[in-house]
Amino acid sequence: MTMTVLRRWARRVAEHPPPGPFRAGFWRSPLRGPWFTALLGAALLPGITLMFLTGLASYAAYNPNLATGNDTTPDKGLLGSWLPTWPASPSWLYWVIQGVHVTLGLVLIPIVLAKLWSVLPKLFEWPPARSITHLLERASLLLLVGGAVFELVTGVMNIQYFYAWPFSFYQAHYYGAWVFMSAFVVHVGLRLPRMVSALRTRSLRSELRTPLSATTPEEPDPDHLVSPDPAPPTISRRGALGMVTASSLALFGLSVGQTIGGPARSTALLAPRGQDVGDGPADFQVNKTAAAAGIGPVDESWRLELIGPATTAVTSAMSLSRAQLLALPQHTARLSIACVQGWSTGVQTWTGVRLADRAGLVGSPSDARLFVESLQRGGGFGSATLSAGQVGARDALLALRVNGADLTADHGFPARVVVPALPGVHNTKWVTRMTFLPASEALP
Amino acid sequence: MSRHGPVALLALLASFVVAGYAGVRLLSGNPVGVGAWFVGSAVVHDLVLFPLYAGVDAALVALLRRRPALATVAGVPWLNHLRVPAVVSGVLLLVWSPLILRLPTATYLDASGLSVQPFLPRWLAVTAVLFAISAATLAVRVARIRQSAVPRGAGQRGAS
Repeated sequence: MTMTVLRRWARRVAEHPPPGPFRAGFWRSPLRGPWFTALLGAALLPGITLMFLTGLASYAAYNPNLATGNDTTPDKGLLGSWLPTWPASPSWLYWVIQGVHVTLGLVLIPIVLAKLWSVLPKLFEWPPARSITHLLERASLLLLVGGAVFELVTGVMNIQYFYAWPFSFYQAHYYGAWVFMSAFVVHVGLRLPRMVSALRTRSLRSELRTPLSATTPEEPDPDHLVSPDPAPPTISRRGALGMVTASSLALFGLSVGQTIGGPARSTALLAPRGQDVGDGPADFQVNKTAAAAGIGPVDESWRLELIGPATTAVTSAMSLSRAQLLALPQHTARLSIACVQGWSTGVQTWTGVRLADRAGLVGSPSDARLFVESLQRGGGFGSATLSAGQVGARDALLALRVNGADLTADHGFPARVVVPALPGVHNTKWVTRMTFLPASEALP
Repeated sequence: MSRHGPVALLALLASFVVAGYAGVRLLSGNPVGVGAWFVGSAVVHDLVLFPLYAGVDAALVALLRRRPALATVAGVPWLNHLRVPAVVSGVLLLVWSPLILRLPTATYLDASGLSVQPFLPRWLAVTAVLFAISAATLAVRVARIRQSAVPRGAGQRGAS
């Protein structure tokens, strides 16, 4: 009895949507339809997959499993405790991965916006739920859309140093990506067959040859994306797709130069690191100025404290002045430092002492990791732990000079770490202490 | 997989398990703050950004429908010559608004040693170039129509 009443009531609600966007007649664009949506989906599918993979690699590049101090998300559990140790070659590995992650993320923004536009009527679908599965699918779509926009917003704000949120970027962007991907995978699983069948209803090539005057709505579809009462078109499908493409190309063209560096940097007009900073030996992009890190003038009294493993019988601690470091065999490496925010310094010529040679000085075994501490006061990334592989890399340096001149304060004077394929912030500046720790020893 | 079968239900439930595992970690620290930004991101897009741009466009289209004489220049419709540069410039503003609007002045200076001052004039210059290119394209189309109109009589052409 009650069930019958409920069912009748549910049918009544379903048949009487509230006015406005909940009624199909409200949505009148003649361009909305499954083919249009499927085409945007087909662009996002590989794009988002690549975003996730490069993001995961970027996270692994911090070597979070090497030392708790490296781990910005220590409670990650199954979401990353299995990631391997990050290698030190090829030297451009992090540069390319992070450049792709940030630049591709920017390029995908107009496509995501267009995709959301194309399915927006579904947000106001009536009745809100037809079955338990339908209700769950809609809940999953909230994670999908909320997650996509959340990831783009946090990423875009982070590369502009606009920290207006009340949480840690690393935690939010990393776990947010997993929440988003959980919804993305099931969305692809549920909709891929529909995407493929919808793509077959029209040919992209002929659509790109169709002017406004010949633009017609798609055939009525079971998903109700096609308007039941389409307005006359004001733009062709190729025009709308062209507008999305032009927006993506503009974002790409006006930012990729900050990743490439060199003369290309001046083309990155709107990207955070597209500003020309001069052409002297130290005139390349800085991350975290000496003033911001609380570094005062460093004088002759500075010493590098070098601590070997406590287990070795030989001298296990020493302190070296800058003059003593300069008197040691010097090694030169041409490396670009790449930042998590997608930009790079471009290739610079670094000169200093090899980290592997320092390990030998204090009798450290070849499997030792290295804990590097900065003079930096407060803020993030005042220290980092490097893997044995990174310490042993041919071009891994404690750099004292760059491009033939002493380091400047902003670039880490008196000494800084430069390691191939290492995320920018782990190339510790203003180094004060280096501690070699054998594989068996607990890490800070 | 079928959208409504038992496999779909299981797939959704499995995805919620993963989302829950990550979600607990996402929310730890500041559940209200993160939750507000996560849900707020979707809400701001769906109920602010979309109505704003769609509303402005709909108003413009409605105006041109009521006053068809306004809609063309020498027989060439100009609506999309406004839409394209406006959308591209708008997307650039949307993405780079923190720097263009000079919001992270101190953090940007601390990180880079540089000023946020150049971004607003640069965005204005890019916008001016986009509108100039669009206007030049419209001018070329108008000139072509006028040329072909001399020997053969006026012809109408659709927008791109």
